[in-house]
Amino acid sequence: MKPRADELFEQEVEALIRDIHTTYGYDFSGYARASVYRRVKRFLGHKHLPGMDALRERLFSDSFFFENFLQEITVNVTEMFRDPTFFLSLRQHVLPILSTYPFIKIWDAGCSTGEELFSLAILLEEEGLLGRTKIYATDINQKVLKQAKEGIFPASSMAAYAAAYYAAGGKRDFAGYYTSNYGSVKFASSLVRNVVFYPHNLATDTSFNEFHLVVCRNVLIYFNRQLQERVFNLFDESLVSLGYLALGKKETLAMSGISPRYDIMDKSNRIYRKVS
Amino acid sequence: MPTSSKLIVMGGSWGGIQASLSVLKDLPASYSIPIILVLHRLRNQEGSLQEVFARKLLLQVAEVEEKEPALPGHVYLAPANYHVLLEKDHTFSLDDSEQENYSRPSIDVTFTSAADVFGENTVGILLSGASRDGSSGLKYIFEKGGMAVAQDPHEAEVATMPQAAIDSIPGCSIMNVARIKEFLLSLHEH
Repeated sequence: MKPRADELFEQEVEALIRDIHTTYGYDFSGYARASVYRRVKRFLGHKHLPGMDALRERLFSDSFFFENFLQEITVNVTEMFRDPTFFLSLRQHVLPILSTYPFIKIWDAGCSTGEELFSLAILLEEEGLLGRTKIYATDINQKVLKQAKEGIFPASSMAAYAAAYYAAGGKRDFAGYYTSNYGSVKFASSLVRNVVFYPHNLATDTSFNEFHLVVCRNVLIYFNRQLQERVFNLFDESLVSLGYLALGKKETLAMSGISPRYDIMDKSNRIYRKVS
Repeated sequence: MPTSSKLIVMGGSWGGIQASLSVLKDLPASYSIPIILVLHRLRNQEGSLQEVFARKLLLQVAEVEEKEPALPGHVYLAPANYHVLLEKDHTFSLDDSEQENYSRPSIDVTFTSAADVFGENTVGILLSGASRDGSSGLKYIFEKGGMAVAQDPHEAEVATMPQAAIDSIPGCSIMNVARIKEFLLSLHEH
């Protein structure tokens, strides 16, 4: 038999999810539970909170504290040129097709703190497409959007990012894209001159534009099947015919109702194309 | 296919590939308990580990896919760069959050999550490794009433990891590879 403490904790998390929805409008009911439990436990530990009652008290009396909770519950760990072969494939196979359009629209869904966004922008810059591309960078969390806009990342990550950049077919001196200052680097703001940042919640918000490419990597792993299906339909509505959809390395369209309308262009890098 | 009420989770780092191959080599294709294997490997390394295991084992070898159920007769490898978690319905979830003990996948993360779902029906096995990952997860399994096994440090290629577990878990079983294999065979239900 499972010890009762676990069941109690799980019930408390379910109640918390309901009350967060009512109070703050964020709907976590479709999030995969194993990860939510782990994030909540982790948050309790980091904040030295004795238990769920203490957490509830803070969350519902202090919206700033809730913002902080939101950022910790939704995973915001990201890096530049993660899975370099994905970016190489984008550069070699997708961007040449996109370059045939007079104007390109890309949706970076769940852009978090912007590492992936700046990677995309660098790719577009080097392929001569940045000037006629508009990127919509969205995230559930306003705080990370602000960070993404700034493009400031720790200097200590740059060696690894540079290696990934060259593995992704980088053509220039990676260090030329940023200026260093006190342990941080700031990427050239010209890279995001055509980027619009705004909050969008994949769990509750609707389609807002049509895109040639939707990039949403390592976001869907945190959702249950039902919410995944909602998001796939949202992406389907948001893609032009022959548009591309890029998922994370361990995410798949295979189980989705929209999959018959998509061809897989690059299986190992999970790049799909809407064909009908 | 029916899922199992038991689960075996195994972790290793330096020397862990060889040790886990030896442990799993003779388990029959019909083995009744799903096995999840978390091995530290280089970041961004592609899936060749799966081929190595598939060649040598009778069991089905698969990389963990999110939302797939953990089934008997399978060894599931944690993918590079993701933590592996278990849901109450015995399906996998993947997680790309912070490294734990400088590792992703982290053995602690999977062991802890497995014990949350399988409780006393969890068997945790910690093999050779130079890391400190795994011992707190193994301790958690033990505290939930599950079984904690560490590879005999004298036999392990690198003793750090199993020794850390033995030092922190008074009830930890210490076994060499041959003994772990026998033990796993004894758990098999025909």
